[in-house]
Order: sequence, then C-alpha cells, then structure tokens
Amino acid sequence: MGIDIKRFIDTFTLLDLRRGMGVTGRHLFKKKFTIMYPEEKTPKSVRFRGLHAQRRYEDGTERCIACKLCEAVCPALAITIESNELPNGERRTERYDIDLFKCIYCGFCEEACPVDAIVLTGILEYHMEDPAERVIDKQQLLAIGDEHEATIAADRKQDIPYHR
Amino acid sequence: MVDWLHNWLFTTFDFFPEWLLILTWTLWKIIIIVAPLMVAVAYFTYAERKLIGYMQDRVGPNRVGPKGWLQPIADAVKLMFKEIIIPSKSNKYLFLGAPLLSIGPALAAWAVMPFTDTLVLANIDASLLFVLALTSTGVYGIIIAGWASNSKYAFLGALRSAAQIISYEIAMGFALVGVLMVAGSLNLREIVLAQAGGFWNWYWVPLFPLFVVYFISGVAETNRAPFDVAEGESEIVAGFHVEYSGMTFAVFFLAEYANMLLIAALTTLLFLGGWQPPFNFAPFTMIPAFFWFAGKTAFMAFLFLWFRATFPRYRYDQIMRLGWKILIPVTLIWIAVIGIVRFYTPFGFMG
Repeated sequence: MGIDIKRFIDTFTLLDLRRGMGVTGRHLFKKKFTIMYPEEKTPKSVRFRGLHAQRRYEDGTERCIACKLCEAVCPALAITIESNELPNGERRTERYDIDLFKCIYCGFCEEACPVDAIVLTGILEYHMEDPAERVIDKQQLLAIGDEHEATIAADRKQDIPYHR
Repeated sequence: MVDWLHNWLFTTFDFFPEWLLILTWTLWKIIIIVAPLMVAVAYFTYAERKLIGYMQDRVGPNRVGPKGWLQPIADAVKLMFKEIIIPSKSNKYLFLGAPLLSIGPALAAWAVMPFTDTLVLANIDASLLFVLALTSTGVYGIIIAGWASNSKYAFLGALRSAAQIISYEIAMGFALVGVLMVAGSLNLREIVLAQAGGFWNWYWVPLFPLFVVYFISGVAETNRAPFDVAEGESEIVAGFHVEYSGMTFAVFFLAEYANMLLIAALTTLLFLGGWQPPFNFAPFTMIPAFFWFAGKTAFMAFLFLWFRATFPRYRYDQIMRLGWKILIPVTLIWIAVIGIVRFYTPFGFMG
C-alpha cells in the first residue's frame, strides 16, 4: 500500500477546490444570459400556439361553417358548439365556447378546420380575474380575431411553404 | 470625539440620576454598533443574491429600486408583516426564545471587536475567549429551535448542527491556540498590534495552515455551504428553522449572516492584520484604518459567498471526517511546529 504523493499534495493544497472556485470566478465576469422579460422578449415561432381566435373573410363574413370538426377532434373536450341554419341555407354557429382551463393548446382544432376559422394566435400574455371568465364565447373569439387579423394572416402566410 | 460626547451627556443632563445617564450612554453605544451592523447584514444578503446570480450567469435581483438596491428593505418589510405561525404541539416559550438565543450572541460578540486602534466598545483582556464563548453559545439557539418545533426535520437539523459545531469548535480552538502562541495575548487589539508592519508580518504567512483551518471551521460553524447540512434544503427542507415564519425566521436569518460577518471580521483581526495597511508607506497609510478593516472583512465575507456558489454540500459523515481526522491533526501538528520554532530556533515570530 503506497501513498500516492501527488494526490496527497493535491488534496492538502485544496487543488480541486481551487479549480472549482476558478470556474465560478470566471463566470462572475461572463456575459449574462438573462432576458429582462417585460422589456425584452425572445423571438417567437409563427407556429406559436397561444390564445384562440376566430377569423373572418375579407368581406366580413364569418369563416366558421359549424362543421364541428374542431369539437370532435379536441382531445380535452374544451370546445362546445351549437349551430343553426341561416335563411339563405348557410350553416352558422350560434354558440362557440372554448374553456381555456380545459384547453391544452395542442392546435388540433386549427389543423382540423377546413376553412381556417379557428386559429391559435401568438398571444401568450393574458389572464382572468374570475374563474368564470375562463370560458370565452364566439363574440370574444371574433373580437380577438378582428384585432389581430394582420398578424394572424402574416404568420399563416409565412408558414404556408411547410404545409405542402 | 467620544470623550467629548460622554462629557456633554453627563454635564448637560446631570439633573437626571446617574444610572439613567449610564444606561443611556451604553444604549447609544450599542445602537451605534448594532444599527450599521444590521444594515451591513441586510446588504450582505443582497450581495449574496447578486454575486451568486452573477456566478451562475444571471443578474440577480434588479427590480426593487435602482439595480435592486431596495431589495433587502422590501424583504425585511415583507417578513415583518408575515404571520408568525406557532405549531400547535411546539413548546411556545422555547419556540419564540430560540431566535433570540441565536441572535443575541451573534450581536454581543461585536462588543469586543476592535474596528480600529481606538474604536472598540469593550477592550477587555480576554476578548478572544469572550468571542469564542459567544460564538459557541449560538448553537443553543439552533438546538432549542429544533427541539421546540416538535418536527422531525427541525430536530434532525438541530442534531446535525450541534454535532457539527461541536466538532469544528475544536479545530477552531486549536487554530486560535496557534495565534495565541505567536501573539502572546488574548486581547484582540493586542493581537492585531503584534502584527504591525507590512502584510508579510500578518499571521496568515507563518500560520497559513491555521488560517485555512480557521476559515474552514468558521464556515462550518456558521452552517454555511458547503457545510449546510443543518439546513440542507434538498434533504430536510430547511432544517432547524423549518417551522419558523415571519419575524422569527428573519431573526434566524439575521443571526446567520451576522455570524458570517463576525467570522470574517475575526479572520481579519487574527490573521490579516486587522485595521493595518498592507504597506507602511504613503498611498496605503492615507486610507483610514477603519476602511482597511472593513475592506478585509468584506473580502473574507465575499469568500463565504464564493464558496456557496461553488461547492456542493458535504455528506454528514464527510463533514465529521474532515473535522476530526484532517483539520484537528493539521492544527495540532502546526502548533507543535510553532512551539519548536518559537523556542528552539533563533527566529521566534515575536520579539
């Protein structure tokens, strides 16, 4: 049983500890990665799946045709639709509710939609002050869509090449 | 200045009874030491969060006030307004008394601290012994807190802390014996005066192993990383103060940081020449003595934070092994070396 002289000296001169402190000491002066959130934001993908919205055609008519594919595909059962028929024979929803607490933001509704009516926007900063506000109805969805139509359309357009 | 204030108080208000004047004078002296100390402790917590953040490539607190300078004040206010929860099966008197037992010694030890040659509250002969006694008393606060909480985690933390402090007290004591042998005094002021001259006369040069052992024991004594098994967030939640909230928790927190500053200040006094400048010529001697003391203390305190940012926690048996099998033999050997050098070679460390 021989004593490893080098290891003995290294241990007593605290070599490993000094090396470790060297690492943290170097990082003390390194560039910091922190992003000052409300002032600074990281770039977001055009496919980001945030708050929902319903879109309209350019002439102002709703895109949604009440086919209920989104309701069927929704894995969290977050969408509730009731529909009726307009005098001109078009089908329209009279109720279109999304429960934001149930929604898992998977984006299946958007993929299922044949007319690109329901979309997930890039909005991620929203909150509610009452649990009852978690269900957003058709009017709210359309309002969000109207407000952000420009960004929604631009994001979709940028993503088109990857859908072919 | 101090004498002048003393005379002013005792002559202007001599219509009050004398005991009242003495009490007022003593209280003033206590406030003058404790108030800046509390501010230093508050900003030490800020420095800790900032420095550890920087070492982890983050920026640390920066929202409250410019660059986050008001963060410690916000923390203090928050803790003051929080409810003090007393567990129903705890021993209430001991539960509330433990934080006081913890912070009392941490603050009392500053009474004998010579900040400069003349600026010392109580220049008593055995001040080193006094400090050593008080720092060990702090463990009672921890043990009582652990027992009175009536909680497994708190109890385990208290036991660990007690065993650890007792073990490292021995290595610490032996390291101090080396200093005493060289300085020939138990008075902190005289120990510093014995280190007069440049930085090569400070005791960290001849007593380097003891310097290292003393500081490591000091880190262990204050239950700081990497010896923080008493708190060990990942194992026993928060150890001895797991049941404490609000102001009672804040007092433990203050005591821990006051103790860290105390150990840093003691290391400065015993091994780094206290308030003495590193060179005895012009640019260095122009800086007031107090700033040398404060600067050296700040550096030692910075090492505490650097350790915390760097080292993973020791396992309990490793702590015991390090204390008993390594640090104590090292100090014993070095004491023997000092003894031999002092008495059998022409160059003793003192005249």
